[in-house]
Amino acid sequence: MQTSTDPSPDLLRISVARPHDAFPGKAAKDLKATISLTDVNFFYGESQALFNVNIAVPQNHVTAFIGPSGCGKSTLLRCLNRLNDLIEGAHLEGKILLDGMDIYSPQVDVTDLRKRVGMVFQKSNPFPKPIYDNVTYGPRLQGIRNRAALDQIVEESLKSAGLWEEVKDRLYESALVLSGGQQQRLCIARALAVKPEVLLLDEPCSALDPIATSKIEELLFGLKKDLTVVIVTHNMQQAARVSDYTGFFLMGELVEFNDAKTIFTTPQDRRTEDYVTGRFG
Amino acid sequence: MKIWLKKTVASGDLFIWGSGAGLAIALMMVIGILILIMVNGLGFFWIGDIVELTLMDGKRVMGQEAGREVIPNSVTPESPEGKSRLRVKIGNRDLYGLDFKWVDEAGIAAQVHPPDAVLLERREWGNMYGRIRAIYKGETLFAESGEAGWKSLLSLVEQANDLHAKIYRIERVEIGEINAEIERARLNIRALELKAPPHPSLPLGGGRVREGVDRLKATIAAAEGRYREKTEALEKLNARLNEYSVVMVDTNNQEKPVPVGNIVRALRPNEIGVIAKGWIYLGNVWTVLTDEPREANTEGGIFPAIFGTVMMVLIMSVAVVPFGVLAALYLREYAKQGTLVRLVRVAVNNLAGVPSIVFGVFGLGFFVYAIGGTIDTLFFAEALPSPTFGTGGILWASLTLALLTVPVVIVATEEGLAAVPRDYREASLGLGATKFETIWGVVLPSALPAILTGLILAMARAAGEVAPLMLTGVVKLAPTLPLDGYWPFFHFDRKFMHLGFHIYDVGFQSPNVEAAKPMVYVTTFVLIMVVVVLNLTAITLRNRLRKKYAGAAV
Repeated sequence: MQTSTDPSPDLLRISVARPHDAFPGKAAKDLKATISLTDVNFFYGESQALFNVNIAVPQNHVTAFIGPSGCGKSTLLRCLNRLNDLIEGAHLEGKILLDGMDIYSPQVDVTDLRKRVGMVFQKSNPFPKPIYDNVTYGPRLQGIRNRAALDQIVEESLKSAGLWEEVKDRLYESALVLSGGQQQRLCIARALAVKPEVLLLDEPCSALDPIATSKIEELLFGLKKDLTVVIVTHNMQQAARVSDYTGFFLMGELVEFNDAKTIFTTPQDRRTEDYVTGRFG
Repeated sequence: MKIWLKKTVASGDLFIWGSGAGLAIALMMVIGILILIMVNGLGFFWIGDIVELTLMDGKRVMGQEAGREVIPNSVTPESPEGKSRLRVKIGNRDLYGLDFKWVDEAGIAAQVHPPDAVLLERREWGNMYGRIRAIYKGETLFAESGEAGWKSLLSLVEQANDLHAKIYRIERVEIGEINAEIERARLNIRALELKAPPHPSLPLGGGRVREGVDRLKATIAAAEGRYREKTEALEKLNARLNEYSVVMVDTNNQEKPVPVGNIVRALRPNEIGVIAKGWIYLGNVWTVLTDEPREANTEGGIFPAIFGTVMMVLIMSVAVVPFGVLAALYLREYAKQGTLVRLVRVAVNNLAGVPSIVFGVFGLGFFVYAIGGTIDTLFFAEALPSPTFGTGGILWASLTLALLTVPVVIVATEEGLAAVPRDYREASLGLGATKFETIWGVVLPSALPAILTGLILAMARAAGEVAPLMLTGVVKLAPTLPLDGYWPFFHFDRKFMHLGFHIYDVGFQSPNVEAAKPMVYVTTFVLIMVVVVLNLTAITLRNRLRKKYAGAAV
């Protein structure tokens, strides 16, 4: 994973020196960037998936990435916790900073990074284990063995994920007996149990019915109190409903990034307008 | 016509019929084999009636009917059904030298089932069929023929069996213990001498060594004293065993005295009802399953062979699973996928096709001679030149079979690992798990059912394999089991008996092949049952795991 040695001084200024400058919109002055990307190019072997992406993700807000299929938004998300490392031949150029730390620098421990940047996937993927064990999987990896502490983590995480009331009497049943929406919220609880600073959600509702979807959307409002949320979706209504900031991607390029209201009402770029008004997509 | 044909082919009906027929034929063959084995084997336990035939020439034949067949080339226009002949088990091998006799049905003048015909199961010379003439105690008459003689014979046989139980206990348990003690002391002396030769030029330690040796020698002397007591007791018991003898008379009035101690059981089959015969049948089944073999394995039980087979398969499983799983994990999860890994995979698959005798030769050369020989020189030097691990034994046989079956486990495990959804891995990694933690915590548990499938296949193959065992530790008759009450309990160096080898031995190497035939079928049936039971255990375990990891791969 290569980092560019010579980032453009202008962009560096935006993302590091004065992060709030990176945010357009009215409340921009009060924002602090949790993650900032500088000149990120990403390649799957020979083919390039991301082109010169510069973006700053504001702390304690929900940021949505929208765009048609194959536009690179999921790729970008997976760059943020280095899950793309697993793909053979993939490499990244540019800089991604998490609270000022270059996450692609060789000193960074990937497992530490992933503890700080949690992820929820498109397909709900609870482990074939009891609900309790699913939630405690992350904390146990960190060496927490104390039963009372684990109990507390389970309760807190399931409550934050809005699942506690539904499963508190059957914590030791297999997670696979839960419904799709419940499984997805369990995955959120599992990610929250590690107490991450950032939560990445990769189209978390694409396989869910509207009721389950609305439950998860409600959840996101509550979550941004404690952490930064980045969500990828190709459901524009969802992005409009849940996000504070929205980035529109097309063909691996970030076309426009602004507060959600601007993107969905008065987009600056013609292509964004075409997409959000449903002229293509 | 052509269109009709095309349609039929396209609809797939022909194909469905063909594949159904294939399955049906395969099933029929399996069921046919099972029925054949069961009919031939399970009939062995039934006590048939004793028939006494009077032939046209006045001679008589007595025994159990053992089959009937049409005489070849006897079908003529006059007798379209042909002439048939009876196969009679006449026993009395010490008198006739043969166990079976063919009797032409045309030559039979009379056929009766005499109620006083006696069947004696003997420890030597097989069954005896005849009548009681008299029972002697030493030289004096003890009982006459008839009902009185029969009654006293029954109680005498019972006493003799009690005596045998006592003798067995003394020989196997008590003298066995003394022998083990003497052997241990002898080896300790040898070890002391090896460590510090009792040499006058060695002032240090020499005295202590001498002391130790003297103490051990005293132990041996004491044990030998006890040994002599036991042998005296044994002699007395043996004398009592041979106190009584029964004079039997065969159907042609030939007399034969039989020591009562030689009789396992006396029966009058023609007097026994069907229900009683059923009980005897079950008793016979039990005897075969739990007893030790007699008379070059053709009589008695097959318990040591069952035990050896099961224990060998279990040791093999313990060896093969970690080995195969680790190899598969490296191949699938860690190795960089490329030409080399592909070559290794091809090699592993080919390993499964290598004839098993080749593995036997390898096991003999590598495990027995190389490793076993080294272990002997390093740890069992005091027992040399008689080898401890440097000869065939259950451990080496099991490891050889583990080598033989490891490809099966590797292939099955690899498939299981490949089928674990990527989602599980990503979820685990996304929670900050390392690759190892992911494999250990998520991937392996999900692949466990597949690993067990591999184990099931491996066990089925290992239980039936004979050729490599013949080179690495199986024997015709093992005096001791590889697991007993003496330290260290598991005797991995011991030779063992195996059902598969037992079949070969009894069926083709025994002095009396004809009489041993039912035993072959019985052993075959038991071997199949052992495999079935082992597999069912593993399958039950797998199903429980599958339920636990419901929705998991494979």
